[in-house]
Amino acid sequence: MVDLSLELAGIKLKNPVMVASGTFGWGQEFADYLDLNKLGAIITKSITLKPREGNPPPRIVETPAGMLNTIGLQNEGLEHFLRNDLPFLSKFNTPTIVNIAGESVAEYVELAKRLSKEPMVKGIEVNISCPNVAHGGMAFGTEPEATKQVISAVRKETTQPLIVKLTPNVTDITVIAKAAVAAGADALSLINTLVGMSIDIETGQSRLGRLTGGLSGPAIKPIAVRMVYETARAVNVPVIGIGGIMTGNDAVEFLLAGAKAIQVGTANFVDVTASLTILKGIEDYVDRHPRSLNFS
Amino acid sequence: MASQEKCRIIDHQKVGPQHYKLVLASDYLSKHAQPGQFVQVKCSDTLDPLLRRPISLHQISPEHKTFALLYEVVGKGTNELTKLFVGENLDLFGPLGTGFQLDSQRNKHLLVGGGMGSAPLLALAERLTGQVSILLGAKTAANILAEADYNKLGHNVAVITDDGSKGKKGLVSDLLLERISQDSVVYACGPKSMLRAVAEICWQKKVDCQISMEERMACGIGACKGCAVKTKGGYKMACKDGPVFKGEDIIW
Repeated sequence: MVDLSLELAGIKLKNPVMVASGTFGWGQEFADYLDLNKLGAIITKSITLKPREGNPPPRIVETPAGMLNTIGLQNEGLEHFLRNDLPFLSKFNTPTIVNIAGESVAEYVELAKRLSKEPMVKGIEVNISCPNVAHGGMAFGTEPEATKQVISAVRKETTQPLIVKLTPNVTDITVIAKAAVAAGADALSLINTLVGMSIDIETGQSRLGRLTGGLSGPAIKPIAVRMVYETARAVNVPVIGIGGIMTGNDAVEFLLAGAKAIQVGTANFVDVTASLTILKGIEDYVDRHPRSLNFS
Repeated sequence: MASQEKCRIIDHQKVGPQHYKLVLASDYLSKHAQPGQFVQVKCSDTLDPLLRRPISLHQISPEHKTFALLYEVVGKGTNELTKLFVGENLDLFGPLGTGFQLDSQRNKHLLVGGGMGSAPLLALAERLTGQVSILLGAKTAANILAEADYNKLGHNVAVITDDGSKGKKGLVSDLLLERISQDSVVYACGPKSMLRAVAEICWQKKVDCQISMEERMACGIGACKGCAVKTKGGYKMACKDGPVFKGEDIIW
């Protein structure tokens, strides 16, 4: 079998397949269905300082080859995560990368500070790209100055590998990418969801409880591949590709576009073992094309 | 625990204007599934429809190693299902969710089904003993589902329709008001407005009631937090905490 191991932003990965934040819960939900030890890394659902109850339903609607969601970062908060979820994830020989979201710079800083003290946390992914919250979220990922401010503040508090997750809802993603790297990001992950809307023509109302939502799934893959391609050429840190990856071939597209690793998101909802099928697909490709990707 | 498997289709019949019944073979599902639970059905191999569709278990027959799903064609996913033939396989993930609690303390069971809501109650009716009454409501006579199957079980079946084309004219909650008594336990599935009416009647009469809620769903295992139901204990997930909830816990 081909060796796909790599080191990314100082994190040792068995392979380049991670599971994307918000699509894999806190790992436990999937542990009955696949061996978590086989994954490259697990990115947790976003953790906030205080518990968040999330947005009013409906929170999900399917659209052609994709889905809109407006979950609103429902989670039990940092303390609950540290007490209940991190110990479970720590049992596996797979790095846990904790995704954090805040309403203010101070909240991001506090989260980073607390997580830095946890030896079982192998990296932090900073979510500055959630489109479904009233405060914070995407606001930090659409203005380069705001990006710089939050990332440099977080950088000061932690020596943990810092991945910054970018939103595609900008005119030029490389501007935000460069701002994040200048502020100290060790890697970038992209893309988060695209803001979208779907209307029930019988009622005239949005199909979602909160008017708009984030579009994910195969529908956004070509946009994601393009943005990964642009970003990988604009910065000198590793880029992690995300966006509608359903198969190994989809993942290879991102790797050829310049991503060092990928994250599987919506596919986890369709098939609980999707991430491992995708890994197998990448291995098969590397077998067939030993020199086209940098795994050797 | 749920399993993902390809189940062979044993039978597939049209049973209503937009309604179909699928009978599938599975040792595992027929053995482990409980009334009120559901399966996530992969309706096509293409990217559109993308997500699985949650469909409740209509009948569970461990002795035949089969189970049935009753579905209504409401969109792309369910429309794809109509194209399936007997002998083909269907990719399923289940059983999932928290189903009905079979209350053995009481022996007067009232099952209240509105429209498609009568589907999961049949699996429950098959397991209940004691005095079981089935109250079925729908818009018109054609939309009364599975009445013959309920009759076969020998339970008392009452029907009501919005237009009076079968049974009395009215709502299934009207029937419930007539039949309910202090020693009843109520199980309900149907549209939200009906479930709310049922929960309120049961609350007023101080009768325990279990209701099966429907929400749009993605993962089916409590990970994505998509299928939120507002309860007195905060948002709960229809896929894991439910789909069956205590009527008194729901915030309408």
